[in-house]
Formats: sequence, structure tokens, C-alpha cells
Amino acid sequence: MTTVRIPPTLREQTGGEATISASGETVRELLDDLTGRFPALRDRIYAEGELARFVNVYVGGEDVRTKDGLETPVGDGSTVILLPAMAGGC
Amino acid sequence: MCAESSRSTVARAAVAILIAVSTTDRTREITAQAAQAGGALLVDVRSDEERKVAHIPGSLHVPMSQVEARLPELVPDRTQPIVTYCAVGARSFRILPTIDALGYQDSVSMAGGIRAWQELGYSVESDSVLDAEKRERYSRHLLIPEVGEEGQGRLLETSMLLIGAGGLGSPSALYLAAAGVGRIGIVDDDVVDSSNLQRQVLHSTTGLGERKARSAKKALEDLNPDVEVVTYEERLTSENVDRILSEGWDLIVDGADNFPTRYLLNDASIWHDIPVVHGSIFRFEGQVTVFKPHEGPCYRCLFPQPPPPELAPSCAEGGVLGVLPGVIGSLQANEALKLALGIGEPAIGRLLLFDALAARLDEVKIPRDPSCPVCGDDPTITEYVDYVEFCQGR
Repeated sequence: MTTVRIPPTLREQTGGEATISASGETVRELLDDLTGRFPALRDRIYAEGELARFVNVYVGGEDVRTKDGLETPVGDGSTVILLPAMAGGC
Repeated sequence: MCAESSRSTVARAAVAILIAVSTTDRTREITAQAAQAGGALLVDVRSDEERKVAHIPGSLHVPMSQVEARLPELVPDRTQPIVTYCAVGARSFRILPTIDALGYQDSVSMAGGIRAWQELGYSVESDSVLDAEKRERYSRHLLIPEVGEEGQGRLLETSMLLIGAGGLGSPSALYLAAAGVGRIGIVDDDVVDSSNLQRQVLHSTTGLGERKARSAKKALEDLNPDVEVVTYEERLTSENVDRILSEGWDLIVDGADNFPTRYLLNDASIWHDIPVVHGSIFRFEGQVTVFKPHEGPCYRCLFPQPPPPELAPSCAEGGVLGVLPGVIGSLQANEALKLALGIGEPAIGRLLLFDALAARLDEVKIPRDPSCPVCGDDPTITEYVDYVEFCQGR
């Protein structure tokens, strides 16, 4: 299982959960598992079938866009971070 | 008990030896009055740091460890009368046998060192960039080898521009001013509202209704009169950004509260070649990184597009724990000071993620995007755009 960190702006879509265990061997499979259980999440992180440009996904601290994108392998026990931009300095 | 008594025995023995040496060799010491009156060459054997603070005018500086190697070259005449001095007269006394061995025929130590000299009211010179008041104020910085007098002098010469005097700007402004950053600019067109005071520690109840830039200037100058505070009671826009950024800023601390300002600042900072210490917060979580133009990624490399407005609520809409901007703004001040001092590992190409509820600090890598429209190899954005429109996704 992989731990996925959900940013505060997406927690409404996960019933308030900040970390969720999900399974999958690639980022795509992992996100499929996640969005299968929390369907409202899909529209928030995908745009036209690809990762939305305003959401970054990190596996082991590395941006998946610098790896194999959605096909980036996710090792068992690793941590995946979903990260949209935050504007606030207020 | 045993350790105590053996320690005091050793101390007594040391005192006894010192007394014995100074008694037997009193002929090798002269008073500060005699040193001042006589025509001997005064040789300061203290460290560079000590000499900078105060030294006797006309004295020669040869640190103790360099006497053997450098004195013959600096004072070739072995018959030249020499008076060594240090802080209180101990080191200058101990070095005499070394000077004797070099063949000098007339060397003595000034009893009581420069302290005795100063107590008699004789003049001293200082190479220090810091006066006595500053040395006292920044003494805890001066004690750190990585900062020291040189670093503190550098901070006092540094100019930092703060975008926003709100949640993030408050702690960073206070710590940067306290640290002695010589010139601090504040860009903020907002006024102090009572809902700000839960976290914006730069402002106070008596300042309600006042412009934040002005309220900040008062607080910072009160905290540290060494700091010049320049205020811009305006919102950063495409029209004023070039004027404001061209006023000599070494770095920018970004505590903006909206995406259009962040993208505008990003583009401007690249074109003006000024590093930006970025911070952002929401509820219990914050992000910090350093965008250094052409060395690391920029904000657009990290987030090429802002999220749609419904996915990016502000603190005014979603709230923020009062202490969170304190943590993130302080981390920004930390990065800003490191950059100004040229020490440590700045968070360039690394995004620090702080989760206050979990008490966890994560780090992710931010790669530089060669296809970035602003800092990439072949930029497609070369002038300011309509940032509000851009952030609405139009």
C-alpha cells in the first residue's frame, strides 16, 4: 500500500481525510484506486485525461513529470504527495 | 567533592605560577603610561577580530601565531625597542621569549593590555564597521562564526523588499529588521483590520484602520532604528512593478495573498534578476522555497498554471491557524538571511512543505523546466500579461 497525502484544498473531496492508503503499481493505477473511491476527486486532478497542470504529484519527493508521468512506478510503502498551488500569504 | 577540591587545587597552582612568573619577570613589563610616553614600536599580538574593534594608533599588528614568521620581515632592525600588547597583558607577556629567540634585544610587554590603555583615556582606533552600540545590539550574531562582524556589516548593507505586510510579511519583517537588514521595503495597499490581529503580529489594536505599510514602518523602526523602512502604499501591478523593483533590492520576500500578484512578481523578478523567497499558507499547511533566477526553477516551473478559483480559496475564505504564518514567515526570513550572508544551503529547487497538525516538514524537488515560458530556454512570455485574466484561466 502507498500513503497518499491529500492537500487541504482537496479534502472536501476525500471526506476530510488528509492521508489515504491506496494501491497501484503506477501513479495512474494509484490515482484510479483513489478516484474510484472518491469520484469527486477526479475532476479536481485531471484535465482531459491527463494530470491537470495546476496539480503536482510527487513520488518519493520527485515530480512525476520529470519521471514517466502517470506511468511512474510507485514502490510499495512509498509516499505520494498531491500538491496544488496555494496563494495565501494572508 | 573530590572533583571540586582537585579543581581548586589546580586553580591555586595556576595562580601561583602566574604570580611567580610575573614577579620574576616584572622587568619585562611596562605600564601603559610608559608605553604611551616612550618611543618604542607598539606591536599588537591579538587576533584580527580583536584588532578591528579597537587598537592603539600607529601600532603594528602581528597576531601571536604569526610573530615568528612575520616579525623579522616587518621589523628587520633587531635593536628596535618593541612593546607588545594584547587585551589584558597575558599573551603579550607570553610571546616575549619567542621575540627574544628571533634576536630582538629590547622587547617588553605592556601591563594590563589595551584595557589599561583605554582606562587611562588614551585614544584607540577602530576598523570595525560597527560602532559600540551595534556591537552590543548584534552581539549574538557576532558570536556566530558564519555571521561575525563581516556578515553583520553585510546585512546592514542589504536591501530586502517585502511583498505584503500581512500574515507572512509580519514575522519575516520583524525578524529581518531585528537582524539588522539595513533597508526594508514594504509593498501593501491594505489597512489594518481587527480580523488581521489573530496572526499579523506586526500590527496592533491601536493601529486599526491604519495603512499596513505605515503601521509596519512604525513597528520596525521602533524595533530597530538601524533599519531604513521604505513604504509603498500600493498594490503591486504591471504598471508599478518595474519602478518598485528597480529601487536597488537585493532580494524579495514574497508574502502575497493572491495568484495574480505571485505570477506578476515571478515574471518581474526574473526580468530584474532578483531572487524571491516564496512562502504560502492555508489552514494548517505552508510551503517555502527560493526562486533564484537562472540558477534554479521559477514559480512557473513549479506551477505553470494557477488552480481554478474554486480550488484555491484564500485564507479569508478558508481560514488559517494564527501561528502558521509565524512558522512559514520565519522560515522565509531564515532563507533571506542565508542568501544575504551567502551561507548554508538555500532552498533553491526544493519546496519545503510544513504540516502544523502532523508536525511534519517534507521536502520535494522542483526541477527547472527548460520549456518554461518565462525562464526557459526559449521564452514565449517576454512582457507583462494581464495576470488577473491569466489566473481566471481565460
